[in-house]
Amino acid sequence: MNQFAQAILNGFSQGAIYALLALGYVMIYKATHVISFAQPALMVCGGLFSYHLTAQIGLPFWPGLLLAMILGALLGMAVERLALRPMVGKPVFTLAIITIGVDIVLRIAANRYMGANPRIVTFPDGSRQYEFLGLSITHQRVALIAVTAITVVALVMFFRYAKAGLAMRATALNQETALAQGIRVGAIFALAWAIAGGLATIAGTFVAAGSAGMEQNTWIIALKALPAIIIGGLDSLPGAVIGGLAVGIVESLTAVYQPDVAPFLGANFALVAPYALMFLVLLVRPYGLFGTREVERV
Amino acid sequence: MTSMLTPRRAPRPPRGRPQLRTSYAQDMGLLNTPAKRRSTALVILAAFTVPFLVTDDLLLIFTLGLIASVGAIGLNLVTGYAGQVSLGHAFFLGLGAYTGAVLGGDPEGSVTGYGLPMWIWLPAAGVVAAIAGLIVGPVAVRLRGLYLAIVTLGLVFLGEHIFREARTLTGGPGVGRRGPDLELFGIDFAEAGSLFGLGLSRDQQQYLLALVFLIVFAILGRNIARSGVGRAFSAVRDRDVAAAVIGVNLTVYKVMAFAMSSFFAGVTGALYYAVVGVFEPGAFGLLLSIQYLAMVLIGGVATISGSIMGALFITSLPRIAQEIAHLFPIISTSTVGGGLINVFQFEAILYGLLIIGFLIFEPRGLFGIWMRIRNYWKGWPFSY
Repeated sequence: MNQFAQAILNGFSQGAIYALLALGYVMIYKATHVISFAQPALMVCGGLFSYHLTAQIGLPFWPGLLLAMILGALLGMAVERLALRPMVGKPVFTLAIITIGVDIVLRIAANRYMGANPRIVTFPDGSRQYEFLGLSITHQRVALIAVTAITVVALVMFFRYAKAGLAMRATALNQETALAQGIRVGAIFALAWAIAGGLATIAGTFVAAGSAGMEQNTWIIALKALPAIIIGGLDSLPGAVIGGLAVGIVESLTAVYQPDVAPFLGANFALVAPYALMFLVLLVRPYGLFGTREVERV
Repeated sequence: MTSMLTPRRAPRPPRGRPQLRTSYAQDMGLLNTPAKRRSTALVILAAFTVPFLVTDDLLLIFTLGLIASVGAIGLNLVTGYAGQVSLGHAFFLGLGAYTGAVLGGDPEGSVTGYGLPMWIWLPAAGVVAAIAGLIVGPVAVRLRGLYLAIVTLGLVFLGEHIFREARTLTGGPGVGRRGPDLELFGIDFAEAGSLFGLGLSRDQQQYLLALVFLIVFAILGRNIARSGVGRAFSAVRDRDVAAAVIGVNLTVYKVMAFAMSSFFAGVTGALYYAVVGVFEPGAFGLLLSIQYLAMVLIGGVATISGSIMGALFITSLPRIAQEIAHLFPIISTSTVGGGLINVFQFEAILYGLLIIGFLIFEPRGLFGIWMRIRNYWKGWPFSY
């Protein structure tokens, strides 16, 4: 029982990272109807911004994270402006492929910076253990969950009360109508990418603060947020959070139980379990758990 | 449909009026203008003389490019013609490669092999991949657009996991296994020999095999594209609701597109890795899918000749990157440190930039550039 609860808790904190990334995907999808395959690169770059600011320049963790988020947001905006704005109105598939190209280019630049050594962001007092009810969690994981919770609440508030949030919702609903209401749709696209870049930076920073740090193949983590958004539904913010947490928990549970329960699935099945989960969910609900069913008009 | 109304054999256009169409079949013909007939003959002739003109290391690149073309045509059928975005091509390529390797592999080796001849393992690789396509197809029917892209991406990750874990079949990661033996009609393509009384090196033989293989599948692909099936694919791509309204069965055609594309991918995988020799499960990752997508996008969406151009271009990209690296000293040719970027990173950046550049500036790909050049000379001297 304790092992089970501990696995859930670990999965929950890992899921927080997926949730942050998934929120970024959904932000971009809602605003521009494009799935950004550049999100792994934004995550890696964001983590490296944090690393550079804290470890190389010597800023403390939190100001470093804040500054890195601003840099990440600027990077997101730059990607949108340079690679995607010229293509507005083209098929979404084309745009999605362009983001793959952007991802490759950015990740090469990031790899060049990283070299062969993992880059680890030191989180102040990060490995202190908290114990309660026989479960243990590190200080850093608590901070991650807290930051994720604050981010989600801030996003919800933003969409509900801020003028820009309202403008984003209007754009997501119908771009032309939003344009007719005086909303600068281009600026909304930039804002969506900026938010996605910032979210990816938080995720990247906490990935880099983990035990393995940021390595050349860490970017794969960001792709696991894709099953998360599919499970939650491409255009649903709560779906992204729930999907992200679900993916984290399923991954963690599989890692603990699959070697005993279903050894025929092979070693490290946990790494691909999110994709298997995605297939199962889609067989039942083709638009995810919370996604809006597409209505066809002829 | 239309084939019932038109005569089986198209009447020839009258003498001196080669462009005059008197029937629908004439218009849909494979080589419907004299210029096309002549240029195709010229290209094929040139392709057959290439192995006697270039060095063997270049020839191997061309061989792999020709084989990859078939896979690119397959991806173009499902993504270009039928409009179903698939990032899962690497999975089907891998499935074909391992089916070929297991059926045609050395029976005495450390991994499973049955030592069957090539005329069995090559089609079998296609069939196994096509069956996988049939299984995935129904999922595709329920999903649209980017949902499908992500699901097929998941397929690649699951497939890679299966390939890694099925050690008795694939050799496992880092180890890999040998591909099947290339021997067809008594000709051993794995070593130098003579063909039609002509002394040929190993690479020359494999090139010719790949060329014949490509010609067969290119004609097959073109025929699929120009037949009723191909037109149904286009209808599904352009507006699936409208296609359903005019009587195209969406389920049947989407599944068919996946199955056909997977068949092409399967035979490509088997032959490609038979020529490569040793290969390991890590080869069938997301990057491979992206490479094939790049072939289709850079070559030309929904064109057969574009797929071939794109595949040849992408497979020779490592070599091109190397040549460029020799010209610019800031690109180091060693793998560790030195210079601004090394040649592998430069190659990857080229991929990214080419994909972005072609999509933004020339969405019709290399085929589009060719069309422009052709139209310029067609209208010359009034080419404005």
